[in-house]
Amino acid sequence: MNPTRTAWLFLAPALTVLGVFFLLPVIAALGLSFTDYDLYALADVRNLRFVALANYWSLLQRPLFWAALGHTVYFVAVGVPLSMATSLGAALLLNSPLARWHGFFRTALFAPVVTTVVAMAVVWRYLFNSKYGVINTVLGHFGIHPVDWLGDPHWAMPTIILFAVWKNFGYNMIIFLAGLQAIPPALYEAARIDGASSWRQFRHITLPMLRPTLVMVAVLTVSGYFQLFAEPYVMTEGGPLQSTMSVLYLMYDEGFEWWNFGSASTVAFLLFLVMFAVTSTMLRLVRRGDET
Amino acid sequence: MNRGTRRPVSGWRWWLGGLLLIALGGCPHTAAEDNALTFWTIGREGEAIMQLLPDFERQHPDIQVKVQQLPLTAAHQKLLTAIAGGSMPDMAQLGNTWLPEMATLGVLEPLQSRVDQSAVVRPDDYFISIWATNVIDGTLYGVPWYVDTRLLFYRKDLLAQAGFDAPPKTWAEWRRMLAALSHPERHVYGILLPTNEYDQLASLALQQDDPLLRDGGRYGNFESAGFKRALRFYVDTFRLQQAPAITNVEAGNPWSEFGRGVYAFYFSGPWNIGEFRLRLPKDQQQAWSTAPLPGPDGPGAGEAGGSSLVIFRPSRHKPAAWLLIEYLSQPQVQQRFYQLLGDMPPRRSSWNGAALRDDPQAQAFRQQLERVRPVPAVPEWEQIVNEMQLSAARVIAGEMDIDEATAKLNRNVDRILEKRRWVLAHGNRAESTR
Repeated sequence: MNPTRTAWLFLAPALTVLGVFFLLPVIAALGLSFTDYDLYALADVRNLRFVALANYWSLLQRPLFWAALGHTVYFVAVGVPLSMATSLGAALLLNSPLARWHGFFRTALFAPVVTTVVAMAVVWRYLFNSKYGVINTVLGHFGIHPVDWLGDPHWAMPTIILFAVWKNFGYNMIIFLAGLQAIPPALYEAARIDGASSWRQFRHITLPMLRPTLVMVAVLTVSGYFQLFAEPYVMTEGGPLQSTMSVLYLMYDEGFEWWNFGSASTVAFLLFLVMFAVTSTMLRLVRRGDET
Repeated sequence: MNRGTRRPVSGWRWWLGGLLLIALGGCPHTAAEDNALTFWTIGREGEAIMQLLPDFERQHPDIQVKVQQLPLTAAHQKLLTAIAGGSMPDMAQLGNTWLPEMATLGVLEPLQSRVDQSAVVRPDDYFISIWATNVIDGTLYGVPWYVDTRLLFYRKDLLAQAGFDAPPKTWAEWRRMLAALSHPERHVYGILLPTNEYDQLASLALQQDDPLLRDGGRYGNFESAGFKRALRFYVDTFRLQQAPAITNVEAGNPWSEFGRGVYAFYFSGPWNIGEFRLRLPKDQQQAWSTAPLPGPDGPGAGEAGGSSLVIFRPSRHKPAAWLLIEYLSQPQVQQRFYQLLGDMPPRRSSWNGAALRDDPQAQAFRQQLERVRPVPAVPEWEQIVNEMQLSAARVIAGEMDIDEATAKLNRNVDRILEKRRWVLAHGNRAESTR
């Protein structure tokens, strides 16, 4: 048996699984996005119309799609830097030789990641209740007027961002911690002998050495945050006034609430295009940075 | 065992095989499993029915009922998935606003011939509008199981203090009471209307003469004078600070706030009779009651809601399913159902039982039920009514005025109904093809 054929043979099981459970559904969804598959088509296939790009066209003309995209971009633009800064900060603290009880803190800070979104969202909903919530009570002690966290269209998204950051930062923290521990201590020793301050050590040793980790975490977090769904689904149901409606939420509504799978698939592919454009731009920028 | 070789079967194998056969054939559970009547319920009804079923199974020992409880939030998805996958139950409880959708899918068994032969299910005993919600394009697909309509819960003592000895009959009277009972500076409001619940505005809109959709459900009719009048009354309640502009997520525990006098009116459904009895202290139980909805000029209509029992077309146990529907439709069973859960019966004779007849807080519902109107019977209704509520919430938030909101709402509704118009024009309805 020649080596090429052996290689294909070994790849076959994985390729089959990928093909059946990933590629095929994706192609089917792409096909659906060119039709108006809905309840009527489910009832009688003669009610299925091939509409070519009409779904895409009408979606691009729907204010709700642009609003959802705006909310998602807002969530990504604020949430990703905040989440990464929190993760890096926590990782630095955990990695510091001054810190005690590393094991305990590592577990405690990682704990939100392994809790279920739904249960935590319910808890947060109580915390952020405008009348009886702990947050407003505490703020009240400082003389701050109660904020309608989840009921005010301007505050709902920031609240969701806070929740998502709290829920997710532990995961990236562990990755950063591994990255930090891989930096040879000799570099810091040399810097200390040269009299570098801790800020300059961070700026000129930690950040450059952590660069590959940062890039990977940034790309993964951006693509993860673009798929915002569970948090608004449980905490606000997309409200108030659709101010926390994300693109994925729109897809869910179209597909699973109203059974318009044609336009739901269209939403999915448009989101894919947006995410692809954003992450590939990020990677290109990184590569350009590497060259200079 | 290989039959081809014809080896003699030793004694112990006979014995084991025989035992296996007895186990398979003798166990009533395994045998009945294939024959069991599967019944999907939605929400709390599933628990109550478990207590009603033993009697039914005693009367019909040959029928075993398998109840599966679906949570309300997942029920719609699960039903549609089951239909798409061809794994429907034999029968189900179905909200009557979902009936048009299921009828369009062509998966429901027409029931008129069974009703005609039934000694138990007598249509003239049912509230007319409730029965009508089960007839889609002239075909009967469900038998009403319990009814649901929205009306006013109110604090008798607070109204009396403000000088009103009876609940309102007209919108004008209602407005005067709301004004007298609202003190926004003390966070006290006349009424609670959660801005993300559509039933309240839908009820007010159904009181109007203008239908909500026009041309046989082909276009929205939300720019009609009637809908605008209802929307204006609804929105004014918030503008005049007679209701707080909050959603039911923030309203949290409306029952205890009603008890503390934060709200004098609460616009809600029958299940809250039980909630108030449970949650308010004993000395307050005489202080609240219910009243039919006031209308623009006199007692007003309400929404004809509730759930029906349906049989799915592919079912192999239709006679058994019908027997269960008949059992659940008996007035005395419906009365027990009410006592278990507070779900109100759709039959007038069920209301003649002592539990309901002598209950003043339930009687307002009976009066209201004689005056309910069905929502438009189109599969897209739920999506439409969500759009309607969103438009209302935008007007309340001051994002747009009534004319702008209703024009935009009509455009959105027409977009939602586009496929329906096409299907009606081309005649590929599921019913006509099967």
